[in-house]
Amino acid sequence: MIPHIGVLALQGGVSEHIDMLSTLSCTTVCVRTPQDLQGISALIIPGGESTALIRLLVRWNLVSPVKKLADAGIPVWGTCAGSILLSSEITEKNHKVRQPSLDLAPVRSERNSFGRQSASFQEDLIIKGLDEPFPGVFIRAPLLFPLSSNCDILCSVNEGAVFIRHENIWLSSFHPELTGDSRVHQMFIEEAVIGS
Amino acid sequence: MSFIRDDGTWKVKTGHARMLKGGVIMDVVNAEQALIAQEAGAVAVMALERVPADIRVQGGVARMSDPDMIMGIQKAVTIPVMAKCRIGHFVEAQVLQALDIDFIDESEVLTPADESNHVNKWNYKVPFVCGATVLAEALRRIAEGAAMIRTKGEAGTGNVVEAVRHARSVLGEIKILKATPFEELMTIAKVMGAPYELVKYVHENGKLPVVNFAAGGIATPSDAALMMQLGLDGVFVGSGIFKSGNPAVRAKAIVEAVSQFNDPEVIAKVSAGLGEAMVGINISTIPENERMADRGW
Repeated sequence: MIPHIGVLALQGGVSEHIDMLSTLSCTTVCVRTPQDLQGISALIIPGGESTALIRLLVRWNLVSPVKKLADAGIPVWGTCAGSILLSSEITEKNHKVRQPSLDLAPVRSERNSFGRQSASFQEDLIIKGLDEPFPGVFIRAPLLFPLSSNCDILCSVNEGAVFIRHENIWLSSFHPELTGDSRVHQMFIEEAVIGS
Repeated sequence: MSFIRDDGTWKVKTGHARMLKGGVIMDVVNAEQALIAQEAGAVAVMALERVPADIRVQGGVARMSDPDMIMGIQKAVTIPVMAKCRIGHFVEAQVLQALDIDFIDESEVLTPADESNHVNKWNYKVPFVCGATVLAEALRRIAEGAAMIRTKGEAGTGNVVEAVRHARSVLGEIKILKATPFEELMTIAKVMGAPYELVKYVHENGKLPVVNFAAGGIATPSDAALMMQLGLDGVFVGSGIFKSGNPAVRAKAIVEAVSQFNDPEVIAKVSAGLGEAMVGINISTIPENERMADRGW
């Protein structure tokens, strides 16, 4: 079966994920309404601005359909802002925030953990499951703090974890979709196939 | 073992701009407005002392904002904070970088500081956005290091006609260039006054190498959705929000319209009950020497 991957398309780096997926063996759909979630074998929540994204998820009645999907075991992967939305707890480096989330993984994400845009960076990463280093692109990125021993840390930088897997939920604080390297997307699609 | 860390790269500059796509960037003049913008779902705020509509009315030299005001806004919100420098004013740009601003808009809305040259944007870690009215201008700005392009429109008018003109020019020229035979590209680059490598890029890819936003005169949810349907990647709203009757409600409505820009039923729903839009100005009534879109070279 060819996996059918949904990409949440309310705001953010949507076309980059779609373009990357189009090089792999799967079909894609842009998700803007609950109906768009029907029949997908996995969901990607892209990078963007997490405060805007959560507002729009609530506004367009996508919160409980996405949670139901995840509870049913469908793989869900959030990149950067997407990983923040999946976390059970959200903090911010220099501000007190009270920000709702989808609460799908026992992870605390610390927003803007490395600093403002001037601290955005590229660094090669060692990722569990990949033989060669992967080009990491971090943009006003969060750090991810696992809150359960069930969290599998797939990658860390000096400051802490940047790629966590908890059951069917994947959180990466970096942007594989901005590189020409499709290996992380490939890993995720294989997971979606096995999951289905 | 750890690898080398590179900051201020082209990838992280243009990547940041990509993460703003499908979003609304709002002009704000103080922390209170910035919080309203963030609450409404803005993907970034543009910190400036006077919105373009006031610059237009009050006249005088419009400069970079007071650092105190910028820092107040940075303290108030968690979303990216952008700020404007004058065209060619590379020290204002240095100051904005020193303030750790997230994006610099080298903007025709402020009074130009150099009537021939723009800032060399490669010298900065912070990414820049620049306005363009035609493709050649967009490519010149990108060659100078701009990581994001926007239409100029005619800021502070609440009249979307110039933004539409600029969007149609840039996007139309891209389509033509894509269909042009390869052997004509050098002459086109020469005639356009744009770098050959970028002309070639557009020919091969059918798009700019950076995101392209709408700006200048956007006042309603329909205006914003119009720019998205024309094919732009996101929207700047300047005077349109905080010069309207009910800024908080209008800000939310514009964010919602952009997120579902292809759905007229949604746009109809969010457009209801917004109160008064900002008063618009017809472009033909603005003396030519006061038109902001003509600034920049």
